[in-house]
Amino acid sequence: MSRFERQTILPGFGADAQRKLQDAKVLLIGAGGLGCPILLYLAAMGVGKIGLMDGDEVSLSNLNRQVLYGEKDLGKPKVEAAASYFRSKYSDLEIEEIPEYITVENALEILPDYDLVIDGSDNFPTRYLVNDACVLLGKPLVFGAVYLNEGQVSVFNLEENACNYRDVYPQMPAASEIPNCAETGVLGVLPGIIGNLMALEAIKVLTGFGKPLKNKMLFFNSLSAQTYEVEIFPNPTSKAAVPSSKRAFSQTNYELACEGVEQVDWQFVLENPRPSVTLVDVRDRDELPRLERAGLLEIPLSQLSTAAKKLEDSGEIYLFCQSGMRSQTAALQLKGIFPDKKIYSIRGGIKAFPKQTSNHG
Amino acid sequence: MKQVIHLKAFGMIAEKIGTAELELENPGTLAALGETLRGRFPDLQSAKFGFAINKKLLQGDAEIPAGAEVALLPPFSGG
Repeated sequence: MSRFERQTILPGFGADAQRKLQDAKVLLIGAGGLGCPILLYLAAMGVGKIGLMDGDEVSLSNLNRQVLYGEKDLGKPKVEAAASYFRSKYSDLEIEEIPEYITVENALEILPDYDLVIDGSDNFPTRYLVNDACVLLGKPLVFGAVYLNEGQVSVFNLEENACNYRDVYPQMPAASEIPNCAETGVLGVLPGIIGNLMALEAIKVLTGFGKPLKNKMLFFNSLSAQTYEVEIFPNPTSKAAVPSSKRAFSQTNYELACEGVEQVDWQFVLENPRPSVTLVDVRDRDELPRLERAGLLEIPLSQLSTAAKKLEDSGEIYLFCQSGMRSQTAALQLKGIFPDKKIYSIRGGIKAFPKQTSNHG
Repeated sequence: MKQVIHLKAFGMIAEKIGTAELELENPGTLAALGETLRGRFPDLQSAKFGFAINKKLLQGDAEIPAGAEVALLPPFSGG
């Protein structure tokens, strides 16, 4: 008898589905309130390899809902505490500890090794980052999130004609708009329920058993114990909002994007010359190559707030730097000064300037 | 007889409206509904949320059929 006998005898599941679980590699982002129940069941049910990614350490306020950890784990990295717990329980589980938060850099290195990604993170920049990485790399994504006494669950990017997170929420919310558990409080059991629903969806995606919540989002309210399921639809506009390449992805600052910083490509700027448009180089003056264009302003990032009045009459402002990161910071600063102007950061900076038209515009 | 629609608000939208369920005269389209709601509940001014008509989440504008249930669905981020 194996430890999986009760599910291999389950009609419709059987040894085939069990083998699929054993062969599966799952990346779990976040080892917190959602991550703990997800881990408990994926590990118990026999998923072969779990990559566990979280840069956080166990703290006392975690213990009402992060059920893998106890008082003796306080201060330990969560992935280490979780991994040692499961190693003592199951000898057939391979668990990869990744004691880091997900970033645009490590996402592209880590995700390709896995068949399925589960997002149990706790903030909007990470949720859009994980979504976009999964779209770019073609990985199915089990999504779940909680707010006060409610939760939502869906499966994104699964096979053909699949929705992604941007089909549901095309507008990225700023951190200040919707508080997280740390600010609002949460009953310990709610992420337990939502995490278990996520684990169930993961099992369905991996084995083909049952029907995953593809192109559907399930809402759950713990106060009324009611669920509400809505159908969602793939939308070409939201696909277009995902960075078009790994390069463009790696040059996106998701924190700033959630604060409202929008990025455009050079092509968009060069092909739509309008008198109301101002192009601003925010690099220091010794950074090369310089760009020469009529009407171009050179305002290094460090002087932006004091020199902002030069931009008062401009309707649309396009900012660039060397590789497209500082110009995102600059865009956020300028949005604070001119909330009503259209302000964009040019993706990839001067390094992405199209070769053919170089320096002659 | 007036055409009525049934609103179901989730998450922070229910908090801002002060109730999870609300009946409203049908303003005709989602764009008009958005305007009505933002006028009546100024807290919704900058809130981002989706609309589902009869459990189908729609982007952009759409007509609201008589008697429809319209859900107001904000994103959650917690984990």
